[in-house]
Parts: sequence; structure tokens; C-alpha cells
Amino acid sequence: MEQRLKALEEKAIAEIKKADSTTDLEKARVHYLGKKGELTEILRGMGSLSKEERPIVGKVANIVRANIENALEESKTSIKDKELHRKLKAETIDVTMPGKEVKVGKRHPLTQAMDDLKNIFISMGFKVVEGPEVETVYYNFDALNAPKNHPSRDMSDTFYINENTVLRTQTSPMQVRVMEDEKPPIRIVSLGRCFRNDTPDATHSPMFHQIEGLVVDKGITMGDLKGTLEVFAKNFFGPDTKIKFRPHNFPFTEPSAEVDATCFKCGGEGCSVCKGNGWIEVLGAGMVHPNVLRNCGIDPEVYSGFAFGMGIDRLTMQKYGIDDIRLLFENDMRFIDQF
Amino acid sequence: MYVSMNWLKDYVNIDINTNEFADKMTMSGSMVEKVDKLGENIKNVVVGKIENIVQHPNADKLVICKINVGDNNLQIVTGANNISEGDYIPVALHGAILPGGLKIKKGKLRGEVSEGMLCSADELGIPKAMVPEKVKDGIWILNKEYPLGVDFTEALNLKDEVIEFEITSNRPDCLSVLGMAREVGATLNKTVKYPNIEVKEIKEKTADNISVEIEDKEGCIRYVARVVKNVNITDSPEWMQQRLIRAGVRPINNIVDITNYVMLEYGQPLHAFDLSFIDGNKIIVKNAEEGEIFKTLDGVERKLKPSMTVIADESKSVAVAGVMGGEESEVTKDTKNILIESANFNSNKVRLTSKQLSLRTEASSRYEKGVDPNIAAIAANRACQLIQELGAGDIFEGTVDVYPEKVDPREVSIRPNKINDLLGTSITNEEMVDIFRKLEIQAKDLNETLQLTVPTYRMDLIMEADFAEEVGRIFGYDKIEPTMAKGNIAVGGKPQKQIIEDTVKNILNGMSFNETLTYSFVSPKTMDNINLPEDSIKRNTIKLLNPLGDETSVMRTSLLPNILEVASRNANRKVEEFRAFEIGQIFIPKVEGNKELPSEIPSLVMAMYGKEDFFTLKGVVETLLNSLGINEYEFIVEKNHPSYHPGRCANIIVNDKVLGTIGELHPVVMENYDLDQRCYCAEIDFGVLSQITNMERVYNPLPKYPAITRDFAVVVKDTILVKEIEDIIKAKGGDILESFKLFDVYQGDQIEEGCKSIAYTIIYRDKERTLTDDEVNVAHNRILNEISEKLDGVLRD
Repeated sequence: MEQRLKALEEKAIAEIKKADSTTDLEKARVHYLGKKGELTEILRGMGSLSKEERPIVGKVANIVRANIENALEESKTSIKDKELHRKLKAETIDVTMPGKEVKVGKRHPLTQAMDDLKNIFISMGFKVVEGPEVETVYYNFDALNAPKNHPSRDMSDTFYINENTVLRTQTSPMQVRVMEDEKPPIRIVSLGRCFRNDTPDATHSPMFHQIEGLVVDKGITMGDLKGTLEVFAKNFFGPDTKIKFRPHNFPFTEPSAEVDATCFKCGGEGCSVCKGNGWIEVLGAGMVHPNVLRNCGIDPEVYSGFAFGMGIDRLTMQKYGIDDIRLLFENDMRFIDQF
Repeated sequence: MYVSMNWLKDYVNIDINTNEFADKMTMSGSMVEKVDKLGENIKNVVVGKIENIVQHPNADKLVICKINVGDNNLQIVTGANNISEGDYIPVALHGAILPGGLKIKKGKLRGEVSEGMLCSADELGIPKAMVPEKVKDGIWILNKEYPLGVDFTEALNLKDEVIEFEITSNRPDCLSVLGMAREVGATLNKTVKYPNIEVKEIKEKTADNISVEIEDKEGCIRYVARVVKNVNITDSPEWMQQRLIRAGVRPINNIVDITNYVMLEYGQPLHAFDLSFIDGNKIIVKNAEEGEIFKTLDGVERKLKPSMTVIADESKSVAVAGVMGGEESEVTKDTKNILIESANFNSNKVRLTSKQLSLRTEASSRYEKGVDPNIAAIAANRACQLIQELGAGDIFEGTVDVYPEKVDPREVSIRPNKINDLLGTSITNEEMVDIFRKLEIQAKDLNETLQLTVPTYRMDLIMEADFAEEVGRIFGYDKIEPTMAKGNIAVGGKPQKQIIEDTVKNILNGMSFNETLTYSFVSPKTMDNINLPEDSIKRNTIKLLNPLGDETSVMRTSLLPNILEVASRNANRKVEEFRAFEIGQIFIPKVEGNKELPSEIPSLVMAMYGKEDFFTLKGVVETLLNSLGINEYEFIVEKNHPSYHPGRCANIIVNDKVLGTIGELHPVVMENYDLDQRCYCAEIDFGVLSQITNMERVYNPLPKYPAITRDFAVVVKDTILVKEIEDIIKAKGGDILESFKLFDVYQGDQIEEGCKSIAYTIIYRDKERTLTDDEVNVAHNRILNEISEKLDGVLRD
């Protein structure tokens, strides 16, 4: 009987080693160790053995079972590895094939610029306000100290709805509306569409976008205006940006300045964006004219303020090298997809 | 304004190079737009004279010239056709260098020796605006005999720099060379040397030969007249012509040129009348007659109005005041005696007159902006001095000067500390006084205040803020220290509407919709394009009085036409997949006519075409609403919207109100927009949307007890809407109804014609405990029974 057990062990282990899949292995297990397996079969013959032989054979039988079980366990691990390997190999794909398109929509580049601007000024404590696109002559011109005969009031410059109503030519009317409604301290920006009677071509558009800023409080200085715009310029154009104030004239500010920034493309070296001079004109600014404060019921003896205004379209075009403003309003998907 | 550096240097010492000069002037407020360097990079170009011209033997279009350049004669072949024998011309010699680097060498042209080149102004790098009219094209033929062989640029005094300054509208006093000299003086801290005016007069008195009366005292502030006799009309000298040309003024004859020269020098417009055409030796400044016809010196007959001021003699008008003289009294070759007018007219009246006559002149544009009345006599004298010095006529003694209300320098008191407060500087009183000295403003330091005497040409300086700008710009804006505003704490932020706008844009971007921006004004035809009936309320638009054209003549009342135009353009350009939206205002007139501003209602429009269908867009809208915390909404069939397919359109209803519309575009509208693919659009009232948006989120604990799921399929008539079934599920499901989902709609085999099979999965759950089958069955059967009863539904197994 001992020999039979030994022979069984050899046969079983050989078969297990030959097995190539978990199925083969399971078959072998059932065949040798199962309830109707060969080992069980042999052990059933134990009853015919003598009292002395039984424990010895029993011991051998246990060893044989353990050996077969070990062999099964060992093979199981290696076969699993093999099988996994086969599976992975079979499932290999050409990862260089194109991805399935999941398109994400884009914001209009002008909106993106306006979002950037809002965030910069909000971080400096500015509130964003909105105003109407159809505006009264009073808010658009009169209250802003624009002389009665100022050419910007002409029909050739401004779209009129009637003699008292225009499409706003600037975002500045919001200055007045806010100053009328709120008492200082005031710190606002207003962004949006403006309109001017310009026939569209590569550099002109009857509709364009502006941002207007206003700060009114006690003790506001032109130095504060410079500081605020410097922080803005560094945030918007890049940390190395410098700005330059040039004296200028606007009806609603005095003193007034035009502000240049070092070119964001070349950093001031001179390139095609800045037409070689290293600076680009970015905005108009100044201290709120005492007449404007007074028009809004704010005493210029007590309060002072600064205001600034900037065109957004041209800057956006310069930033991306867009050479025709009409592209901004054509809304070709292939254009918007790029931003 | 164009200013010749050579001219400017007559009045003020400029001892820095032009680039530095330009920077300093820009930083003190006179922005330099451009610097034209005349005569730069010209070498070996001399004055020559054409001795004779013969035809080139081998070329029809070439001639051979013998050119006298002083010590020798050269043979030069040229193709020029504006030259004649005896002409004085610029000659580029062998070895000459022209601007742009062109080198001239001896050579042969078609076999004939050519020892140089005859030059045009263009080849010498002189802008066309800076050369006399008649030599703009072709070789530059000189107007007089210069010494032969001398350097051309020196002979014509060509080496100059012309600076183009941008003059802001508050500084009309800078529209003259002397005005700019004052700015240079203030900027560079130099003293201005004004011309020394001495007029050598003859015995006869002006006052005996002319009298002046101002009837229109509003229109005319001052009138200065001088009389010149025996005028000798010729060309003005080359130096004067060059200065005029460089300032952009065309030379005409010595008298006209002198009046223009003085205008450029002082900023005072002058006019010369032929005295023989002034009847009664009397000048009357008065209002024009109603309907008066007057021929101005450009030969045009103009109809005048009483609101216009004219210069008249005893019988007729002779000039439109401040705008243009009359043809009849114009100075001509035959003129013997002239009257020089140096007057000051009301800027507003000149502006209106010039506008009404559509006639803008150098004089009118100066009067419009404002001329200092106190320079009138100085300018008249200066003109007479030049006439006398150039031998152009004899000057009568004295002036006739009618100046009823003399304008005196203004006395203004300012507070230095206020100015420092505004600028954020700490400039001392002494420094301020010195700044004002540079600006030729007398300042007396009274400690708390400065007492200023402001010259009358500085009409822009009125309030303290105006003086703050003067102090700031001469002190230097670049020296003002940047600071951050002190004071109250400011909390920044966006209005709620914009926050929601951002959210909506993020959601739509995430669902692959691009944002578009289109014009706020549209063509009224867009109403036809979107198929609106004649009586549609949307046709009631805000109209522009002065639109660019019909295409942009009314304010939009809907965003639909805008996005459809964009869709159409993209389809046209073969963009295959299109998903886009716009958020913008629509403009609805107030009932009370045009008096009030219109309502501006923010709107959202979405459109898509490509591999899309109605339910994709509906899903987008639902996702959008859910993301905004709006969960109670319904889509109600809309069969009558003119822009949409009558069987594929729904109104979006929230709180019993229409929030918007969604649908497939009506085929007629598709055709109007040239769209050959079905297009799906949704329009939403963004104002209402942002009001009902609820961005607050409430946490619901995750379910602890299991759900029980039941499916059912029911056959109903195909006219029954899914919504009707869902209303029943909601009504009859009871508290344990958690959710339901349509998973199949089927028509075809095994289903009776005119019917459809609809299948749902319903999920039941109780938050507090595990449901029993029996409990679920009760609820589920309630639903099924109601469906069979109310909708005639037949349950399928």
C-alpha cells in the first residue's frame, strides 16, 4: 500500500506540473484529492491493514496528501501568473490611436479678459457693478463734465436713440450712477459693452468693451491711482511690468494722465506689438474732476477720488496677436476653440 | 501739430538731443507722435542746372542732360519728363548716398555715360507734404537760382526735424510755435525769447483810412485792423516757404504766406482784404442777413443766416467772420492796398457757423478752440513788421483796435496743501512758485495760499484741480510715489447676477458650449427671419436715430437671431458640430414712449446643430437648471411658437411662469438662415433664472435602508404624453417613492397600431426602516391602477 501511495504521489505531482490552466489544476485536484479521488480510493483500503501497519500507512498517506496539496498550491500561483500574463497580452491595444473627443466649451476671449480684470480688482477690494447699455445723455456726457460742444457728442461719434438717450460710449456713466446712489467710501469697477459710430474694419468696431474704475474716499491721491494701476498692470500683464503716466486731458478728470505699460510681448525691448517703442498705451486715468463729484452730490472739499478707463478689445487683440477686431464678433467656433 | 525744430529754436534754447527732447516733452504733456528727420542721410547731393537736354539715341523714354554743377559739367541720363533746360535741380553725384542707403555710381545707361542722378523729393527722403505742390511728382525743380554745386541740403536749409505733437483739446494755446516754445521753456526750464516787434511805419495813418464798428458784440470780442499800401505781391522767401510747408501749410504769395506765418507763430488767425473792395473804408462786424448769399474765396456760394457773424463794409459782406474771406476782396496779383484783420471771434459762434456751412478752415478750427484776445494787436504788428522787412508794402501808422471789454489776466488763489493732498506729494511752496514761474504764471507766496496771475492764453486754468495738474506735470508725474489707498476697509465682490452668470458659463462650457458675443443692435429684418408675425410684440424695438446702416439699426429684442446668424456663418464655413450660447441684454421699450430708458433684460440663448437632437438639448437645459438648484420645472408642449417646429417645442415652466422656450427650429427659419441641418435652440430669461437660482446646498444623509425596485411596462395610445404617466407616478407613489426613470419606449411588433409601450423603473425606499414587499406592492398598484383607469393603459407582463 505504501508503494501505491508513493506511485500515486509521483503521478499526481507530474500531472500537476503539466497543468497549464486553473481548470486543469482543479481537475487534477478533484481527480486525486476529491471525495471520489484516487487517494480517497486507496485510503478506503486501509481497513484491511493490520493494527500495526495502519498508523504507518496513515502517516505516509498524510505526507502524500500534504505533498500533493503543496504541489497544487505552488502550481496555482504560477499558473495564475501565466494566465494573467496571457490575458494582459491578449488585451493590448494601440495606445497611439486617437482619443475619443470630449469637447469642452470655451469662454469668449473678451469674457476671459474681463474675468481676469474683475478678479484683479476684486482682490484689491473693488466691487463690480453693472450699468445699462442704453444710457441718458446726462449720465453719458453732462454729468461727466463733457463740454456741450464736445465732438464726442456728435451724431458722427455717438449713436442716439433720441436727443436725450444714447448707446453709452463709455463705461464711465456708472461712476455717476454709483456716486449718486452710494456715499463714499466707493471702490467700484464697471465692465461692459460700449458703442461708437464707427464703421467696422480691421481696427474699428461699433461695439467694443471697456472697464471703468472709480475710488472715492477721504484723502485719495494721485499716488494711490499710480499704486493701484501698478498692482493691476503687474497682475494683468506680468510681474515685471512697469507703467508710465503721461499728462493728458479728459473732461471728467483733473489732473489726467494716459498710462503706458511696458510691452507684455517684448518686456520693453521693442517689437511688432508695441511698434518698436517698448511701451503700449493701455488706459486713461486721473483724479475725479471736482465738477463731477459736485454733480453727484459729493463735496470735493471733503472727498477726492480717482477714476480710470481702459479698452479691453485692443488689449485682447494685442495679447493674442489678433489682427482684425471683426474676428471677435464673428464667433467662428474655430476661433473661440483656441482660447 | 507739426513744429519745425529750427523754427522752435528761434525762441527757446534746446540743448539736448531730439530723442531726449521728445521724451521730456511727452512726459510734460505734449505727446510727441512722430519725428521726421529731414535731409538726414543725404550725402553728395548738390544744386545743379540743366544746360541742355537731348534725346537718348537708343531709348525712347530716356534723355541725356548736360548738368552744370559749378566747377564742371556732368552728363546724366534720366527718364524724368518734368524737366526743362535752365531748371535748377538736386543732383546726386558719383558716390552720393541717399536716405535708405542707395549709393549713386557712374555708369552707362543703354550705352550712354551717366555720371549721377537727378532727384525727386521722395528720393531725398522728404515727405510729400513737405515739398511744394508742383514738384510732388517727378524731379524736384527749384523755384529759384541757387549757387551751383553747393550742398543741396544746406542750400535749401533742408536739415531740420519736424516734430508732430498731439495737442489736447484743453490747450489751444499750444497750437502755435510760440505756444510750444513756452511748453519747451517750462519743461526744460529755459526762458522764451519772444520776437522783438518794431514796425517801421509811414506817415499816413491807419485811422484815417479805415474805421471799424462792432455791431455783433457777442460774435466779436476784438477787431484790430492795419492798412498796408503799395503791396508788391510775389513769392515769399524760401525760408518762409519751407517753414510753412513743414507746418503743413501751402505757400501762396508773400502776403498770404505772412498772414499764415504769423498765425503759425502766434496762433492768431489773420486775414488780408484787398482794400479797394472795401466800400466806404469801413468795416462793420455784424450778423448776416437771413438767406444772404455770399461767395467765399474757394468760389462757393453760401447761404448765410442771422446767427452767423460777417465782416461787412458799407454795402456788402466781405468775409464770414473767423471762417473764410470773400472771393471778391481776395488779395490778387493786382492788389495795391490791403487791410490786415487780426480779430477775436466768439468760439461757439464760429463753431456753429463752420458746422452749418460745412466749412472748416485753419482759422475756424483755431477760433473754435479759443484764441487769446490779447494777441490780436501783437499779431497784426508782427505781420506788418514782416511785410515791411520783406519789402512787400508800406505800413500805415497805428492800428484801429476795437476791444470793448478787455480781458485781463485772472487772479486765482490756490492752496498748496490741497494740491499736495490731491497729488500725494509734499512739494514746498517755493518749489510750486518756481513751477509757476516756468509756466509764466506769476505766483505770490502767502503761506497758506499762493496768489496766481494767470496769462489770458491759459483759458484752461480755472480751478485748483487745474493748477494741481500744472504742478504735477512740471514736477513730473513719474516722481509721484505709487501708494495704495488708505482708509476704510473695502470688501470687493461681484453682484449675484454675475456670480450666477459665471456658474452658468462654467456649466455650459463643461457641456461643450462655446460662448459667443454679438452686437446689441440688429437689422429689423431679423424679426422676419425668425418668422415673427406682423403684430409680434418683439417687433416693438428701440430704434437708433443714426445707425451705421439698416443691418444695425434697432436694439435686439431677442438673442435668437444673433445666435442663428452665428450658427449660419459657422455652417457656411463647414463647421460640422456647433454648440454655442450667448448671455446678453435684450431691450424692451417702456410703454411711455421713448422718455424712459428701455428695460434691459439679461437673456440666455443656446443653439446646437450636428449630431444632436431635441432631447440632448433638453438634457442640457435640465442639467443647467438642476445645477442652479432649480428642481421644480416642467416642459409644456408649445405648438404656436413661430420660430420653432410646432411638434417639437416646449415652454419651460417654473412657478407657473414661462422661464424660456426650447425647440427644434422651424423649417422656414432654418431656410432663412441657410441651415441645412436641424438646429436646436433654447431661450431663457436670465433675469428670472438668476432670481430663482438657489446656490444653497442641503446635505441629505446617505440611505441606511435598502431600496426596492419595481419595473413596469404599459401600453397606451401614442397621443398620451410621458408627462401624464409621470404625473401619476408622482401623485400616487406616496412617501416611499424615491425616484423613477423611463427606460424604454417601443412601437412596432406586438404593439397595436396607434399605441406605444412605455417602461419605467421605480425605486421605493423608506428612510427609517426596511420596506416590506407588501408595502411596496400597495404603492406600486396604486400607480398601475391609476394608469390603467385614467390613461386606458394596458399593463404588459
